[in-house]
Amino acid sequence: MIGSAVPRKEDAALLTGRGTFVDDIQRPGLLHMVYVQSTEAHALITGIDTSAATTLPGVVGVWTAEDFAELPARPSVPGLERHYLAGDKVHYVGEPVAVVVAADRYAAADAARAVEVTYEPLPVMATLEAALAPDAVPIFAPLPGNVALEQPVTPDGVAAELDAAPRRLRARLVNQRVAGAPLEPYGVLADWVGNGVTVWATVQAPHRVRAEIAQVFGLARHLVRVVAPDVGGAFGVKSSFMPELFLAPELSRRLGRPVKFVEARREHMTHTYHGRDQVQEVEVGFDENGVILALDVTITVNIGGVPDPVGIGLPTLTSYMLGGCYRIPKIAARYRSVLTNTTPTASYRGAGRPEASFLIERVVDLVALELGKDPAEVRKVNLIGPEQMPYQTPFEGIVYDEADYPAALELLLGELDYDALRAEQERRRADPGARLLGVGLSTFVEMAGFGPTPLFEQFGYLGGWESANLRLQPDGSVIVLVGTAPHGQGHQTAMAQIVADELGVPFEAVSVLYGDTAVVQEGIGTMGSRGMPVAGNAVRQAAVEVADQARRIAAHLLEADPDDLVRVGDGFQVKGVPDAAVPLAAVVERSFKPHLLPEGTRLGLESTAYYEPKNLSYPSGAHGCVVEVERDTGRVHVVRYVCVDDCGTVINPMTARGQVHGGVAQGIAQALYEKVSFDAEGRPLAASLEEYMLPGMLDLPRYETHHIETRSSFNPLGVKGIGEAGATAAPQAVVNAVVDALAHLGVRDVEMPCTPERVWKAMHHAS
Amino acid sequence: MIPAGFSYVRAGSVEQALAELARHGVDVRLLAGGHSLLPAMKLRRVEPGVLVDIGRLRELAYVRLDGDRVVVGPLTTHRTLERDPLVAEHVPLLAAAARRIGDPQVRNRGTIGGSLAHADPAADLAAAVLALDGVLVARGPSGVRDIPAAEFFTGVRTSALAADELLVEIRLRAATGLGYAFEKFSRRALDWAVVGVAAQARPEGRTAVALIGMGPTPLRAGAVEEALAAGVPAAEASALAARGCAPADNAVASAAYRAHLAEVLVGRALAAL
Repeated sequence: MIGSAVPRKEDAALLTGRGTFVDDIQRPGLLHMVYVQSTEAHALITGIDTSAATTLPGVVGVWTAEDFAELPARPSVPGLERHYLAGDKVHYVGEPVAVVVAADRYAAADAARAVEVTYEPLPVMATLEAALAPDAVPIFAPLPGNVALEQPVTPDGVAAELDAAPRRLRARLVNQRVAGAPLEPYGVLADWVGNGVTVWATVQAPHRVRAEIAQVFGLARHLVRVVAPDVGGAFGVKSSFMPELFLAPELSRRLGRPVKFVEARREHMTHTYHGRDQVQEVEVGFDENGVILALDVTITVNIGGVPDPVGIGLPTLTSYMLGGCYRIPKIAARYRSVLTNTTPTASYRGAGRPEASFLIERVVDLVALELGKDPAEVRKVNLIGPEQMPYQTPFEGIVYDEADYPAALELLLGELDYDALRAEQERRRADPGARLLGVGLSTFVEMAGFGPTPLFEQFGYLGGWESANLRLQPDGSVIVLVGTAPHGQGHQTAMAQIVADELGVPFEAVSVLYGDTAVVQEGIGTMGSRGMPVAGNAVRQAAVEVADQARRIAAHLLEADPDDLVRVGDGFQVKGVPDAAVPLAAVVERSFKPHLLPEGTRLGLESTAYYEPKNLSYPSGAHGCVVEVERDTGRVHVVRYVCVDDCGTVINPMTARGQVHGGVAQGIAQALYEKVSFDAEGRPLAASLEEYMLPGMLDLPRYETHHIETRSSFNPLGVKGIGEAGATAAPQAVVNAVVDALAHLGVRDVEMPCTPERVWKAMHHAS
Repeated sequence: MIPAGFSYVRAGSVEQALAELARHGVDVRLLAGGHSLLPAMKLRRVEPGVLVDIGRLRELAYVRLDGDRVVVGPLTTHRTLERDPLVAEHVPLLAAAARRIGDPQVRNRGTIGGSLAHADPAADLAAAVLALDGVLVARGPSGVRDIPAAEFFTGVRTSALAADELLVEIRLRAATGLGYAFEKFSRRALDWAVVGVAAQARPEGRTAVALIGMGPTPLRAGAVEEALAAGVPAAEASALAARGCAPADNAVASAAYRAHLAEVLVGRALAAL
C-alpha cells in the first residue's frame, strides 16, 4: 500500500459536513467567552469600566487581569513570563484586555463592546526601526530594552574569508509578516466537572496542552483531558499557548458551567500569532565562477509586543539552514529578536526555515546577476553532490540525509524546457507589445522530522519521539492510536497504508485514532513535518512488533518454528507447505484463548511503540516558476509552477501532492499577495480577509508536481516529510522569476509581496 | 464577526417597505441580496436597528424595453443581468460589468438596486450605469422622482436617496449594436476593483467613459469624453483619465498608481470599442 494514491479515509466525513470541529461541540449549559481586545498599540490602562457591560441581558460576568493574578503565568522563557490579559499596559492592538462570558455569542460580543477601557497613550513603536531607535521606550516590562534576545549562532565570523573572496556583494532581504489564516480559527471549549477538566481545543499537540493546563491548575495529568477534534488547518499558528487555553478552563471552574471561545476572523487576524517578519542583512563572498566561499548573515526578527517562547528563537533554525543545498564552507550568523507594538509572531508553516531558503536562493540569483551568469549554472557549481551524502553542514549536528540535488535541478530544467524559456524571454524583451517573461528557480532543502529529543525538548516538548499503539481486533481488523494530532495531513490514510504493508492486512481493515489524551498514550504532536518521519516510523515499529507476536502464535497453531513461517495472503504458512497455513483472523482469535496457548503467553496482539528519530530529516527539491509581467500595470501572472520534490519514500502520492499544492499556494501567496501590515500608530491595516490578500483558487496556477524518491537512511521508512516543503520552496521561486523578468531593466530586487504597484514602481524607477 | 442586535421586518409590498422606512427613519436599512450589508453589519461598520427585507418583492425584479430605454427592476440579480437576452442585446455593457462581480454565489444573491444604493466607490455596476446615462427612480412618501446617475452618488457609500426613499427602477439608454468595454483591475480575481472603467460608444463619437475606484464616488471621466468628442485620438485622450479625480491613497494602492491604472485601463477600454 505504501506508494498508492488511495483516497483519504478522512474525506467522507469532512466533505459531507460531518466533521466535528470545536464550534460543533455543544455541552449542557454552555456559556460563551469573548475578549475585549486592545484598541491601542501601546498605552497604559488607566481604567476599565465594566458596569455597563455586566448589566446587559445574558451577561454572566466580565473579568480583567487582576481577577487572574493568582493563576501562574503562561508557559514561556524564564524571565519573560506572560499573563493572560493585559494588566497595567497594552503592547499591541488586539491584545486581550478583559474577558466577557455570556449566555450566547451575540450577548458576549455586545458586552465586549460595552466594556470601556481608558488608555494613556505611550509612544508607539510599530516597526523595527522605531523599536531600535535610541529614544525607544521599552515595550515589555521584564526587559530593559526592546531586544529580547541577541544570539551569536556561530562562534566565529567570516571576515577573513570574505576579504579573501575574489568577489563579494551585500543584500538586505525582507521576509514580511504573514498570517496563517486557517479555515477554522482558534477555538477552545472547557468543561470543568468535579475535580478535573475536559478541554476541546484546535491544537496541534494535545498532550503538551494537557501538561501545561495541569501545571497551571496544579492538577495531576490524568484529571485533565484534552481533545483536539477535527482541526481545520493550523500551519503552526495553533501551536502557541494562547491565553484562552487557560482562561476557558478557569472560568468554567469558577462558573461551574462549560465555557466556549471561538475566534471570529477579525479577532483571529490580530489575536492569533503571525509568522515570518525577518529582515536579513547578508554579505556573500564568491569567485568568478559563482562558487560561494563565505556567507555572513545578520537577522532581525520582529517578535511583536509580547515574546512568544518559540517565536523568540526561530532564527536559530533559519541560521542552521542558511547554506541551503550548497557547499558553502564558511557561514557566520547572528540574530536579534526585537519587540514592537504589533501582534506577537511565532511558528508558521516552515517556522524559520523558509526564511533561510528565501535568503540563500535570492543570494544565488544575485550572484548570478552580478556575474552575468545563468542562475541555473551558478546553482550547479555550488550544489552538494549525491556522493557527499550524508553531508555535514558547517553547523554541528545539522547533517543532510541522502538526496540528489543536481538530479532534482536537471529534472526541473527539463520539465520547464528551460532553454526554450530563455529564448522566449529574449523574444518578449524585444517586443514592446508582449508581456515580459521571467523564470525563477528554487533549489531548496529544509529541516523536518522534529526531534530528536535533545533538540525538541528545547521547545518545551516532553520528547522528540512519537508514539503508536496498535491493537488487532478479534476479527483481524486493526485500531491504531497515534500520538500526533493532524489537522488536514491525512494521518488516518497514510498510517493505515503503513500498517497494511507491515502487518499484511487490508487498508480498509485499519482505523487510526488520535487527538484525545484520555484515549491515546503519551504523544507529542503534529508540527515540523514530523508526521511520517517520526509518527510514521512509530506506527511501523508497532506493526512490526505485533506482526512478530502474531508469527509466534501462528507458529504455535501450525506446530512449527516461527522462523519457518512465511507471510502469505492474509496469514502465515509453513515454508514450502501450502496446506499448513492459517489466516491472520484465526491467529488473532487464538491470541485471546489462554487455554489454547503456551503457558505464560501474553493475551491479545498489541504493541505500543515509541520511535525516537536519530536525527532530523531533510526534504529537498527544485521548484521553478514562470511568470509574465504586464508592462503597463506591473501585474504578475504565474503561468507555470513546476515542482520537483524529494521527500524520500512517498507513502501516498495523492496526499503528498496535496501537501505540495497547499504549501506552494501559501508560498505564492507570500510572494505576491499577503502581508500583515500596520500603520505608524500600530493599527492593523489587514484585519479582515477583505484587506488581507489571501489569494483564492482563481489567483493560483495549476501545479505541475514531480517526485524523486531518495530514501533517507535516517529512519526505517526512508521518509523525510513534506508538509512544509512547498511553503519553503515557493516564495523565492516566484520572486526570482519576477526579478528575472525585470533584470534587463536593471531591477535587482522586488520586496515581497510583489504587488502590481511594487513591480510597476520597480520597472518605472529602473527605466 | 457578530453583528449588533437588530429587528427584522419582511416587507410584503413596496408600500409596506416605504411605510417601514418612514416609521424608522435613519435607523433602518433595506435588505436585498445582503452581500454588502451583512458583511458590513458583521464587521460592525453599520449597526441598523431595523432591517426591512425587500428580497421577496418579486415585482421589483424585471428587465424590460421601454422605447429607447432599458428599464431594470432594482431586485434584478447580477446573475440575471449576465444572462438576460434584452440586456445582452441593448445594454451588453451592463452584463459585462455584472460578470465581473464576485463569484456565482454572490451574483446569484446580489442585486443591482442593492449595489447602487450601497454606493461603494468601487462598485462595478455603478460604472456601467453611469456610462449608460442611467436614471435612478426613487419612490418616497411624496411620490416618485428621477435622479440621474451622475447626481446619485454623493460620497463614499452615500447617495442622493433620502432615508424614506426606495430605489424602484433603473433606466438605461439602450446602446444596441454599439461598442462597449468594461475593464477592471483588482488585486484578486474576486476582489473589489482597485480601478475600473466602463466605456460605451455612442453615435457621433460621443463615447461615455465612467470610472470606479478613482474617488469617493463612481464618476464620469469628463476630460476623456470631451477630448474624444473633440476628435483627440484615443491614446492621447486616455492620458486624461485621472484628470479631476481624487483617488484614495491607501494600503490597497497609492493615489499615483490608481491614476496610472486609470490611464492604462481607459486606454485598453477605448482600444476595445
